[in-house]
Amino acid sequence: MNQSLNPLITTVTKTTCPYCGVGCGVRASMQADGQLAISGDEQHQANAGRLCVKGSALAETVSLDGRLLHPKIRSNKSGADSQAQRVSWDQALDKVAQGFGKIIAEHGPDAVAFYVSGQLLTEDYYIANKLMKGYIGSANIDTNSRLCMSSAVAGHKRAFGADLVPVCYEDLELADLVVLVGSNTAWCHPILFQRIARAKEARPEMKLVVIDPRRTATCELADLHLPLKGGTDVWLFNGLLSYLSRQGATDHGFVAAHTNGQEAALQAAQGCGDPEQVAKICKLDVQDLLSFYSMFATTEKTVTGFSQGVNQSSSGTDKVNSIINCHLLTGRIGKPGMGPFSITGQPNAMGGREVGGLANTLAAHMELDQPVHRELVQNFWNSPAIASKPGLKAVDLFHAVERGDVKAVWIIATNPIVSLPDADQVKRALSKCELVVISDIMEKTDTNAFADVLLPAMGWGEKDGSVTNSERRISRQRAFLSAPGEARADWHIMCDLARRMGYSGFDFSAVHEVFDEHARLSAYRNDASGVKRFFNLAALTGMDKQAFDALQPVQWPLSASADGAEKTGVARLFTDHIYAHADGKARFIATMPKAPANATSEEYPLVLNTGRVRDQWHTMTRTGKSARLADHVPESFIDMHPQDALLFGVREGALARVASHWGSLVARVQHNGGIARGSIFVPIHWNGQSASDARVGALVNPVVDAVSGEPEFKHTPVRVEEFPVSWHGFVFHRGELALDDIAEISHWTRIQGQQFTRYELAGRLQINAPGQWARTLSGVTDEDADWLEYLDASAGVYRAVHLVDDRIQTCVFLSPRPDLPARTWLAGLFPKDRLEDADRIGLLIGQPIERGADTGATICSCFGVGRNTICAAIREKNLRSVPQITSCLKAGGNCGSCVPELKKLLTEMQVQIAA
Amino acid sequence: MMSAPAPSPPLSAPMPTPADMPATPPAAAKPRLVVIGNGMAGMRTVEELLKLAPDLYDITVFGAEPHGNYNRILLSPVLAGDKGIADIMLHTHEWYAQNGIRLHAGDPVVKIDRRRRIVYSASGKEVCYDRLLLATGSKPFIIPVPGHTLDGVIAFRDIQDVETMLEAARNHRHAVIIGGGLLGLEAANGLLRQGMTVTVVHVADSLMERQLDKPAAALLKKALEEKGLQFLLSADTAEIIGPDRVTAVRFKDGTEIPADLVVMTVGVRPNIELAKEAGLHCERAIVVDDTLQTYDPRIYAVGECVQHRKATFGLVAPIWDQAKVCGAHLAGAGHRRYVQQATATKLKVTGVDLYSAGDFIGGESSEDLVLRDPRRGIYKRLILKDRLLVGAVLYGDVKDGPWYFDLIQSKTDIAAMRKHLLFGQALCMQAA
Repeated sequence: MNQSLNPLITTVTKTTCPYCGVGCGVRASMQADGQLAISGDEQHQANAGRLCVKGSALAETVSLDGRLLHPKIRSNKSGADSQAQRVSWDQALDKVAQGFGKIIAEHGPDAVAFYVSGQLLTEDYYIANKLMKGYIGSANIDTNSRLCMSSAVAGHKRAFGADLVPVCYEDLELADLVVLVGSNTAWCHPILFQRIARAKEARPEMKLVVIDPRRTATCELADLHLPLKGGTDVWLFNGLLSYLSRQGATDHGFVAAHTNGQEAALQAAQGCGDPEQVAKICKLDVQDLLSFYSMFATTEKTVTGFSQGVNQSSSGTDKVNSIINCHLLTGRIGKPGMGPFSITGQPNAMGGREVGGLANTLAAHMELDQPVHRELVQNFWNSPAIASKPGLKAVDLFHAVERGDVKAVWIIATNPIVSLPDADQVKRALSKCELVVISDIMEKTDTNAFADVLLPAMGWGEKDGSVTNSERRISRQRAFLSAPGEARADWHIMCDLARRMGYSGFDFSAVHEVFDEHARLSAYRNDASGVKRFFNLAALTGMDKQAFDALQPVQWPLSASADGAEKTGVARLFTDHIYAHADGKARFIATMPKAPANATSEEYPLVLNTGRVRDQWHTMTRTGKSARLADHVPESFIDMHPQDALLFGVREGALARVASHWGSLVARVQHNGGIARGSIFVPIHWNGQSASDARVGALVNPVVDAVSGEPEFKHTPVRVEEFPVSWHGFVFHRGELALDDIAEISHWTRIQGQQFTRYELAGRLQINAPGQWARTLSGVTDEDADWLEYLDASAGVYRAVHLVDDRIQTCVFLSPRPDLPARTWLAGLFPKDRLEDADRIGLLIGQPIERGADTGATICSCFGVGRNTICAAIREKNLRSVPQITSCLKAGGNCGSCVPELKKLLTEMQVQIAA
Repeated sequence: MMSAPAPSPPLSAPMPTPADMPATPPAAAKPRLVVIGNGMAGMRTVEELLKLAPDLYDITVFGAEPHGNYNRILLSPVLAGDKGIADIMLHTHEWYAQNGIRLHAGDPVVKIDRRRRIVYSASGKEVCYDRLLLATGSKPFIIPVPGHTLDGVIAFRDIQDVETMLEAARNHRHAVIIGGGLLGLEAANGLLRQGMTVTVVHVADSLMERQLDKPAAALLKKALEEKGLQFLLSADTAEIIGPDRVTAVRFKDGTEIPADLVVMTVGVRPNIELAKEAGLHCERAIVVDDTLQTYDPRIYAVGECVQHRKATFGLVAPIWDQAKVCGAHLAGAGHRRYVQQATATKLKVTGVDLYSAGDFIGGESSEDLVLRDPRRGIYKRLILKDRLLVGAVLYGDVKDGPWYFDLIQSKTDIAAMRKHLLFGQALCMQAA
C-alpha cells in the first residue's frame, strides 16, 4: 500500500520541523533499509538536538498514501459528476489563468483572492504576495496565520511601530519569572517548554506562572496557576498595570525617555485598580492574584509568553497590548531575560508576516496605507500595479465569496472548511464560488471537495526554502525526497501562473533566487533616505545556490552585508530603546476591558474553548497518518466538568452533541479534570475525513477582533446534549471503508493504525442481522471466507474477525454499551504476517487468552482430564486405584472408557515412585 | 408426578408373609435379593450396595446374555476395532463368585409372582426374593417395515450385534444405518473402519437432532463425510428388500440403495413386559419414585427400564446416579433421593470433537451465545436462561465442555461471567 519514497540523497539532510513556531532543527537521513530516520539537530539553536513526539514521528507522515500527485479538474462540483479528472499541468494552469484573467477583466482585481498558509515557505509566500499585491493589484491575500497570531502582529505594530518580537528563546531561560498566558506550551511548543523546565530545574528559584482557564499539562510545572475566566485577560493585566504603578514598580526614566501614552493607559487601567474586584471578575482567588502581581512587581527579569489564548479573542489586540503595557511601564524590554513574547503556532507564521502575507500589510514590514511604502515596493518590483488598500481578512474574505463579491479564490496549503470559524459558512461560500483553485499535498480534504482545480504541491521533505521561527530565526527547510508524481513547489506553481497571466517578474529558476529578491527588498532603501525598517536581511543578499544551501540558522535583522563572513543576527531587539514608530518611541495603548462578543444565554449556557492536543497538528492531514501519534488521543472529545455533565444529562465515555448558534458536532464526553464549571473544551483537529461530525470550526462564532481580524475561537456560547445511540462499535480494517452511506452508522471516527485503519462507530438504528451487516461492511462476499464470529443476540453483542491466509484483515466489534474491549492487543496483530493459534483464540474476546498449565493429552474426555493432571494427582495424593482417581479428578467416572488407561498410568506411576 | 417416596421397609424385621407364601427363609438366613438384568445399571447398583453392606443379602442375578457384565457404551470402540471384548468386561464370572453372587447368565426371567415373591427363569429356575431389583434395560426399536426380519437386519445393542456386524464386514460391502443419532453414527463409523461402504439414513433433516443444533449437526455431517460416510437425510424407509438376506433399502420416494447389512438405530424401548405382566404400574416405563422404588415396595428398578418423573434414561451418567441411590436404599441407608441432572453427550468417533449438554434447544425465554470459527472447525453455543447456563453445544473445541456441564448442574449464576463465558474457563478464571 505504501508507495516507496524516493530519496534524493543518502547522506544526512539538515532541515526544520514543519509543525509549531519553535522551528526545531531536524536531521533526516535515509537508512540502508529505505526507511527515513529523523532526529533532532544538535547544532540548531532552537532545540539543540531535541524533538517532541510530533517531530520524532515525522518519518511516519511522509508516505505517499492519500497524496495528491497530479493536477485535476472537476467539471461539475455539485452534480453527480463530482469526481475530479486528471489533467496536465498546462490544462490546469490554463484554466486557472483564464479563470482569474476573465474575472479580473470583468469585475476588477478585488474579485479574486488568495487564501494561504503559515505552512508555506517564505519563498512561496513571497511570490503569492508579490503576484496579488503587485500584479493583480489587490490586497486580497490572507492567510491562516490570521487565525492564530494576527492579534500579536497588531499589538506589536501598535506598541512598537512594526511587527517585532523583542525577545529570543534564551530569554525564557534567563528569566527569573516566566508568565505563560493562554498558552499550553507543554503540548503546543514542547521543546520550548522543555527549555523552561530545564532552566527551572537548574535554578529552582525561577518561577513559572500559568494563566489559563484550563488546568493544562503546562500547569504541572507552574508555581502558580491562575484559572481566570475566559476573556478577562485585560482586566487582569490592566489590574497588574495599575498595581505596578501603585507599588512603585514604574521605570520612570525609561517611560519618560522611550515611551508615549503611559497616562492614558494608566487611566484606562484605573477601573481595574481594585484587586478584589479584578479577582471577582476574573473568577480568581484574590490571594493568588495578588501573589502573581507581587511576583511580577518584584521580579526584574520577567518574560510574558502568550499564544492563542490571548490572540484568539474579539479583544485579542487589546490583550496583547495590555501585556506589553506592563513591560513598558517597568522598562522590562530590550534586556536579557525579559520582555513580552508572542509564541507563534505555525512553522512559518513569522516568514509570512515578513513578506507581507496578510491582507493588511504590504511586504517586508511595509504598510499598504503608506504611499511612500507602496512606491518603494512597486518600484523595487517594477510591477504594473500596487494594492492601495487593505484586502479582505480571512473571515471577511469567505463572506465576500458567499456574497459573490469575490468570484475566484486560490487556497494554498490550508483547510478552511475545518479551520475557520462558522466553517459551514465557508462550505456555502465555496460551493457558490465560480472558481476554487486548491494547491495541496493531500488528495482528500474537507476543502478539496469544493475545488474546481486541484494542484499537487510538494510536501515537507520535498520542498526547499526558508522559514522563520518565533524568535526571528531564519532556518532552511531542505529537500531530501524528490517530488512525487507531478507535485511542484508552491512558488513554482504561482510563477507559472503569473507568466501565463502575462506578468513579468516571475522568471525565477531556483528557490534561492526568490529568497534573494525577498532579502534585497528587505534591504532596499532601508535607511533614513528611504523607509527605515527593522526587518533587514541585507547580509543575506546575493547568495548563490551553494551559499543558500549552506545557510545556517540566523536571527534577523542582519544589517551589514558581510561578504562571505559569518552572518550573525540579532538575538533581541530594542536594546538601544529605539522603536519603529516615527518618533522612535514605544507606545502604551489604553486598553478597555471588554467581555467576549457573544455572552452565554439560557439556550447556550456553556462556553466553548478550543485548542490543540499534544500529538496532532492542525487538521491532521499529516499527523493523522501516524499510528503512533493517533494513540495519544484517538478521538475528538468534549472535556467538561462532571457537574456540568450531570446537569446536561451526558455521561463520561458516551457521545454528546455540542451545538452553538452556528453549528454542531458530536464527540465523546471526558472529564480530564482541568475544566471549570461553565465551560467545555473541544480540540480543533478532527475534520470530515477523520470523523463524521467533529469539526469544531462549524460551531465557532465568526466574531473577530476589530483591529486584527482574528476570530474569537476561545469563546463561543454552546449547549451540550445527549447523543443517544443504540449501539457502539469499532472496526479495524486493512484498508479504507466508506461509512457515510451506511444508514445504521450515526457517528464515526477514523484513526490511523499501523497497517490498518480503525473506525470507532456508533449508531441509532438497530443492526438487525449483524453477521450479514459486518460482512457487507468488510466487503466479504465469499461464503467460505475465514470469518470468525461471536454473537450474543439478546445482549446485542456481535464480534467478527476476517482473516486471509491467517493474516488479520478486518475485525468488527459491536455492543449496545460502550463496553467494547481494549483496542491495543488487536491493533498489535495487524503487523503480523501470520497469526498463531494462540493469537487466534483470543481474537473474538480482543485479548490474549492465557494458556493454562499444560494438562497433557486428554485421557478422560468426559471430564476433560489430561495425563499430566492425573499423574500429578497420583504422585501428590498417593492414589492407588481407579476409584481413587475418579473421586479425586472425576476421570473415569462416566463412560469408563479411559479406565484401562488410568490403570496403566497407575502402574507407571507406581514404578516411577518406587524407583 | 409421583408423590414423596414411601419409606423403605425395615430389613431387620422381615415383612409379614402371607400364609400361602412357601418360601420364607429361615429367620437366621440372609434376606434374598434377586436382580433381573445383568447389565450396567443392575450391576452398578449391586456394587453400590456391596460398598455399603457387603454381607446383607443373598444375591442372585439373572441375565439374558451369556456374558458377565460388560460396558455396553464401549461396544462402539469394539466395533471400530479400537478395543477388544476383554477390554470392556466390567464384571467377570470370577467377580460374581468372589462376592458370593449366583449368576444365571443366558437365562432370562420370564415371570414374576409378586404375591409369592418368586421369579421364574426361561430354564425353569424359581427363585424367591425379599427384594427384587428390575434392571431389564431396553431393547432396540426395529421399524416394522416390510422386510425387517430379513437376514442382515439388526440392531446395535449387544455383543451379539457387534459380532454380526464384524461378520458382515468380512463378507459384505454395503452397510446402511437407519437412524442418524449417536448410536447410529458410532455404528456407521465402526463399519466404515471395518472397510464397508456406509450410508446413514436419517428421517430428520439433521443428524443427532436430540443432542445437536443444526449448525453443529452440519459441521458434524461435513466432518463425517470427509471421513467417507454417506448420508441420506429426510429419508423415510419404506421397505427392506431381499430374498433371504437383505439386498437393498427402498424409501418412500421410491429410490433404492444397495444394502448387505441394515443396522437400525432408531431408538430403544424400555423393556417392561415382565413388569407389566407382574402388574407393576408402568407408563412408558416402570414408574419409580425418588428412591427408585416401584409401586411394589419390595421391588426397585434402575436404568433404561425406569421412568422417573416423566423421564426415561439412555445415557450412563443418570443411571450411575440411580445406582447410587438405589444401592443405598437396598442397603438400608435410605437417606438419598434421586434427582435428575442435566446430561452430557460425547460422540465416540475419532477425530470428531463434539460435546452437548443440557437443554440446547432453548425457548422464548432463553438466550444464546454463539461462536463460530469455521476454518478451525469450531462451533460453540451456550444456552442461558435467566442467570443460569442451561445448555451447551460444542463442536471442534470441547475442552470446556465438562466445565460448562458443571455450571449447568451446579446452577451457577453466570451473569457476571457472561461476557467471557463462551471463551472458556481459563479466561473466566483470569477475569475473575
